[in-house]
Amino acid sequence: MDLQGFGAQLAAGTWVTVQLAIVSMACAVILGLLGASAKAAGPAPLRALGTLYTGTVRGLPELLVILLVYFGAANAINAVASTLGYTEYIALSPFMAGVIALAFNYGAYMTEVFRGALATIPAGHREAGQALGMGRARIFRRIVLPQVWRVALPASGNIFLSLIKDTALVSVIGLEDLMRETSVAVGYSKEPFTFYVAAAFIYLGLTALTTLAIHGLERRTTHGMRTLSG
Amino acid sequence: MEETAIELRGIHKRFGDLEVIKGIDLTARRGEVVALIGASGSGKSTLLRCVNLLERPDAGQILFNGESIDLRAGRDGTLRPAHHDQITRVRAGIGFVFQNFNLWPHMNVLENVIEAPIHVSGLSRRQAVAEAEHLLEKVGLGDKKNAYPAFLSGGQQQRAAIARTLAMKPAVILFDEPTSALDPELVGEVLGVIRQLAEEGRTLLIVTHEMRFARDVAHRVVFLDAGRIEEQGPPSEVFGRPRSERCRAFLATHLSEDEGVTLS
Repeated sequence: MDLQGFGAQLAAGTWVTVQLAIVSMACAVILGLLGASAKAAGPAPLRALGTLYTGTVRGLPELLVILLVYFGAANAINAVASTLGYTEYIALSPFMAGVIALAFNYGAYMTEVFRGALATIPAGHREAGQALGMGRARIFRRIVLPQVWRVALPASGNIFLSLIKDTALVSVIGLEDLMRETSVAVGYSKEPFTFYVAAAFIYLGLTALTTLAIHGLERRTTHGMRTLSG
Repeated sequence: MEETAIELRGIHKRFGDLEVIKGIDLTARRGEVVALIGASGSGKSTLLRCVNLLERPDAGQILFNGESIDLRAGRDGTLRPAHHDQITRVRAGIGFVFQNFNLWPHMNVLENVIEAPIHVSGLSRRQAVAEAEHLLEKVGLGDKKNAYPAFLSGGQQQRAAIARTLAMKPAVILFDEPTSALDPELVGEVLGVIRQLAEEGRTLLIVTHEMRFARDVAHRVVFLDAGRIEEQGPPSEVFGRPRSERCRAFLATHLSEDEGVTLS
C-alpha cells in the first residue's frame, strides 16, 4: 500500500486518537463512579441530577453532544471563570473539547454500568466491614470498588471499544486525530479508498489490542470466582 | 463475671408501621454466653444487629464495657452513632458473625482475616499474618488460607468468618444464626468452634435455632416473642420448667424437631 508520504501523519493522528481515547475513558470512569454513587446512595437532588444526566445524554446523538460541548463548554468555562474573578479568556483546545465531550457522553454509559455493578454487591459485605470497625471510605475502596471493577469490566470493555470508534467524530471540531489526518491525506492524494482502508486497518489494530488487554484484565480480576475455565 | 460487657436499655425498633422491638433491656456480663431464641420474626436478629448499630434503633441506649454509645436522631427519627471515631472503636471491640458469612469474595481466606487488623488496628502485615495463621489453625482451616471463599464449603466459610472476627480480639462476639445457612452435616463443625470460644470464657451473644446447643453452651437463655423478652433464665429453667405459655408452645415445636434432646 502506497501512502505517498502520509505515513507519518497517519501515525501522528493515531497517537492523538489513542491519547484521546485513553484520557476520555479515564474521565468517563470517574464520572461514571460519581454518577453511580449519586444515583445509588446520594441525597434526592443528586439522584435526580444523575437520572437527568444519563437520561439526556443517552437520548442524544454523540455527534450533537460533541458539537454542543465544543461550542458551549468554552462559554460555560469562561462564565464560571469570570464569576471567580478570572478575566482572561480561556480557549478550549480541540483535544480538551474532545475529551470533555466524549467523557460527558460515555460517563453516562459508565454510570449505568457501575450502578448495575454496585447493585450486585450484597449489603452484607459492607456490613462485615462496618462490624470490624472499618470506615466508609475504606469499605468503599477495599471491599466495594475491587468487586465493582470485576463485575463492570466486560461491559466497560465494550464501552471503551465504542469510545475508540467514536473518537473519529471529534475530527469534526478540528482535532487532528486519525480520522482527520486520513481525510487530509485523501484530499491531497485523491485516493480515498487507499487511505480509508489504511485507516480501517489502524482502527482494527487499536480495537484488537484493546480487546486483548481487556481479556488480560478479566483473567487477572476473576481470581476467587468460579469460572468455566476454573 | 460481674462486670457488664453489653447493656441494652429500652431498645425500640420499627420498620415502617411494624414495631419489631418493643422496649428491650438486656445485659451480658463479661464472660457470659447468652442465647437468644424465639420464632422467626420475634425480633432476635434485629435486636442483635442493634447492639453494634448495624440496625438503627428508634429509641434506647447501648453501653459497651460501661461506656454509653453517643447516639443522635437522624432525619428519619432513627438513632445513629453521633461520633464516627467512637462507633468504629466500639465496633472493632464487638465481633459480629453473620448468617451468610459475608466473606469478601475477591480476597482469599488469609486476606479476609488480616484486612481489619492491618487497616483498623494498625498491625504490621507480618504480625497480622502470624496471628491470622494461628487463628485459622484454631478453626481448622490451616490448609485453606490461600483458598478463595467461593471454593469453600459453607461450614468452612463460616469458620473463616469466625477467624476474621477473632482477629480483631473482640471483647464480645455476636452470632446471628451462625448455622442457619448451612447444610445439616456442616452445622456441627461450626458449633464446635463456637463451643470452644464459650469454654475460653468469652462473652458471646448468640441468636440460634439450635436448641440443644443453646441448652449445652449458654449460661442464660433469653426467649423473645413479638419484640419483647417473654422469658429468660438459666437453660435448665427455660428449657426444663418454662413459665410462660408462649415459651412452652415454642419449645414444644422446636425441641421435637431437634433430635436427641431430652428434657431434664
